[in-house]
Amino acid sequence: MTVHNLYIFDRHGTLLFYHEWLRRKHTSMSKAEEAKLLYGMIFSLKSFVNKLSPTISKEGFLSYKTSNYRLNFYETVSSLKFILNTDNETNQTEIRELLHGIYTQIYVEYAVKSPMVNPGEVITSNLFRNKLNQYVQSSSIFKTH
Amino acid sequence: MSRPSGRVTDTKKVSGELFSLTYGALVAQILKDYENVDDVNRQLEKMGYNIGIRIVEDFLARTNTTKCTDFRETSEKVQHAIKLFLNVSPQITSWSAANDEFSLVFETNPVGEFVELPDNCNNLRYANILCGAIRGALEMVHLEVACWFVQDTLTGDNVTEIRIKYLKKIEDTVPPGDD
Repeated sequence: MTVHNLYIFDRHGTLLFYHEWLRRKHTSMSKAEEAKLLYGMIFSLKSFVNKLSPTISKEGFLSYKTSNYRLNFYETVSSLKFILNTDNETNQTEIRELLHGIYTQIYVEYAVKSPMVNPGEVITSNLFRNKLNQYVQSSSIFKTH
Repeated sequence: MSRPSGRVTDTKKVSGELFSLTYGALVAQILKDYENVDDVNRQLEKMGYNIGIRIVEDFLARTNTTKCTDFRETSEKVQHAIKLFLNVSPQITSWSAANDEFSLVFETNPVGEFVELPDNCNNLRYANILCGAIRGALEMVHLEVACWFVQDTLTGDNVTEIRIKYLKKIEDTVPPGDD
């Protein structure tokens, strides 16, 4: 049960934050290109999922699963997007709780409330990174191999 | 016998007073810096806007709300947020016919507890920071609104009334297509 990496995007598609815990393969693109590609894909997926949905539902796209990893998506009402890649064995409710916890306890406390973090800019705060790291590593779904 | 419950309400009241006093000192300083009352109003609104865009995330995190389906739900959420952060409960009144405008009515000015406006500041919208905060917060949840003071107890009216008007829905920016 592992957490691979986390991306945080704001409503305009700017990558606010990226952190990786365990990533064995990297893409050949630059970080900015990768972020743009990911954001574009998520945006299209969300819209596609909503269009093709057979029922009316509030939540749309939540995650996709491949043979190696699962991509989990969490969007706040303020269009803040959290993308967390985990392995396939992790329990989905735990992941959603973790993502919700990252938003309420780490992002709101250490990014929103920090005067040094400006909206629309990359989060460079070390405190934020450390608290996030602490939170994720102490959660039940994190386990290093 | 100790009375811990009494102490809890006292601390809440004390920090509310501290907030009002701090805000008063802030407005006084800005008045000194800008001197022009309209500039001060603009600055207070801008400061409120910066507070609003952040405080909305705190509100969303604390209350776990979901998207509002219409403007009436939004008005209730705004009322809830003011209760949460300022510890005062405004009334929602005066809905327009198209359901796109409403008023928040406070008994007294929520930050103006110890305030008396001098004669040369009759155009000063003392609590304009509130209007800015409401505008900023609603902008972060895709609603563009206009927010202004209709009445203010500090300028001699009976109640303090803020009017909020829905302007338009802000769509998320679509990412650029592939090259």
